[in-house]
Amino acid sequence: MTASTAARPAATAPAPRSGGRFARFWSDTAVLTRRNLTHAVRSPAEPLLALLVPLMMVLLFGFVFGNVMAAEGTGGTPEQFREYLMPGMFVMAMLYSVAATAGGVALDVDKAVMGRFRSMPMAPSALLAARSAADLVRALPEIAVLIACGLLIGWEWTEGWDRALAAVGLLLLFRFAMTWVGILLGVLAPNPNVVGLIVYPLAFPLGVLSTMFTPPALMPEVLGRIAEWNPISAVIDAARVLFGNPRIVGDSWVADHPLPMALAWSGAIILLCAPLAVRRFRRLSR
Amino acid sequence: MGTTPDLAVSAEGLVKSYGATRALDHLDLAVPAGTVMGLLGPNGAGKTTAVEILATLRRADAGRAVVAGHDAAREPERVRERIGLTGQYAAVDEILTGRENLVMFARLSGLGAATARRRADDLLERFDLTAAAGRPAGRYSGGMRRRLDLAASLTLDPAVLFLDEPTTGLDPRSRNGVWRAVRDLVGAGTTVLLTTQYLEEADRLADRMAVIDSGRVIAEGTAEQLKSTVGGDRVDVVVEEAADLEPAAAVLARVCGTAPRTDPEERRVSAPVAAADRIAALTGVVRGLDAAGLRATDIGVRRPTLDDVFLGLTGRTGADREGAARPAAPAPAPAGQGAAA
Ligand SMILES: Nc1ncnc2c1ncn2[C@@H]1O[C@H](COP(=O)(O)OP(=O)(O)OP(=O)(O)O)[C@@H](O)[C@H]1O
Ligand SMILES: [Mg+2]
Repeated sequence: MTASTAARPAATAPAPRSGGRFARFWSDTAVLTRRNLTHAVRSPAEPLLALLVPLMMVLLFGFVFGNVMAAEGTGGTPEQFREYLMPGMFVMAMLYSVAATAGGVALDVDKAVMGRFRSMPMAPSALLAARSAADLVRALPEIAVLIACGLLIGWEWTEGWDRALAAVGLLLLFRFAMTWVGILLGVLAPNPNVVGLIVYPLAFPLGVLSTMFTPPALMPEVLGRIAEWNPISAVIDAARVLFGNPRIVGDSWVADHPLPMALAWSGAIILLCAPLAVRRFRRLSR
Repeated sequence: MGTTPDLAVSAEGLVKSYGATRALDHLDLAVPAGTVMGLLGPNGAGKTTAVEILATLRRADAGRAVVAGHDAAREPERVRERIGLTGQYAAVDEILTGRENLVMFARLSGLGAATARRRADDLLERFDLTAAAGRPAGRYSGGMRRRLDLAASLTLDPAVLFLDEPTTGLDPRSRNGVWRAVRDLVGAGTTVLLTTQYLEEADRLADRMAVIDSGRVIAEGTAEQLKSTVGGDRVDVVVEEAADLEPAAAVLARVCGTAPRTDPEERRVSAPVAAADRIAALTGVVRGLDAAGLRATDIGVRRPTLDDVFLGLTGRTGADREGAARPAAPAPAPAGQGAAA
């Protein structure tokens, strides 16, 4: 056995700094958020694809279906329909991001490195919070690209910068809520492959049965009610209000107060999904 | 705490089932502080499950595990502060570089940014990874990844280190490096619980070992104690012609004064011999064979190895299954072939 240079570990190992649970949680979350963002930067295929889908949607709905829907729906011009459409496209991008979040979580949970994280004296919930934070950061360029695309096809905000920024803030809040939906689905998914199968059948009807393309008044009675109460509608209409884009005002309180409804829905989704996700995560593979 | 204070790891009656599979069936284990315990057992014996329960990754269905003075089920956070784990599969982030991995784990262990960087550099140096520090861990060779994994589990100088098959898939040089690192740690006072398929590894590193099968400990002790359970030294003769087996057995019986066993498949005859008589017996056998005109391809005195222990203890079910295929083999399993089959 060599008298190796491996010095007495007891002397070399630094002692961990002390700190409250809360401080540890934030610092662990920051470290892991950085890890997740590094992943996104070093394997950018997935984030870039995630960007491409809403762009295609904008072009598809704005131009291919725009003329038909404008004639049938708002009774306005295709340009007006695109103004009506854009906030829905922003929200749709936030909604479909659930798939990326859930897929990321499901993949992570399967990795061997999870075993190391779990055997370390860190806050387990920081792993989930970091996923949420990193995906929120990823939403910034996504929203920016969509806004740029909207401006190119003639959409604009009409109520000033401050209200437009508030609208972006609202989109981010909604995305934050969606990250927790994604995290919950990710920890519930039996394996990463089924995530897409779970997410898309959930997201598609939610998107269509909302004010995204059609005002509820033009839907059959039952579907119209569902669309009116759909949280997606609340967020889309709140974004329309803040951006100053046209919207079709309904005759119920919910339809008339999209902003408080959007905030309440987002808050409720977070309060419901985050604790469930953390609980499920702690019990995973025990 | 209710446990002997100088036990670094103690498990009492651990039970764990995965659905219908009972992975651990009342497993008991006691590892004195500052020693190395080897956990041996065939595939599926429950080694990984035991390690995962002790390292707080899983909860036992029943029983109690105390690690570094804390109950693994009730105070997992305290346990995690005192342990390091190198699992069966390298648990590093494949996209991050080696250095980024170690810095991240150090930060998550509660070190400040500057201290974490320094610690990472120390560990890279110590495990000979400095040159590869800037490459993504996913592009490391298996051995480098294992070393990085081991380095990561030493971030805080754990009081108790769990190593689940730490050298599987390593070349002899890397294996020696891991062994040296483990000995250094033990020299500095760390307690190590090590699972392995390599009996040589257990023989070299472990002070005591436990053989587990079907989720329970079936033998426990030092290597010498375990070897003595399968008997003492033996004289082995391998003959060239199968027809020579019987006459060779007669020679062995006469010289050693014990009943020889014959293994027709290997054309081997072997007879127990007292330790004091080993060389005299060997000489006698050589002369006897010569006088009888028998040609041997191999003659030797064999001490029992841990392979014999392992196969003797755990081979029963395996032998039963094999029994159907080759019914004519009453002999002890051939040694020196390892447990893997
Ligand atoms: N996550 C799991 N789900 C279901 N069964 C499992 C799981 N993990 C282990 N088992 C089963 O529990 C038993 C013990 O497995 P374990 O991994 O602890 O064995 P091991 O001794 O580490 O084996 P090996 O030498 O192959 O690594 C096996 O029968 C295995 O199939
Ligand atoms: Mg194993």
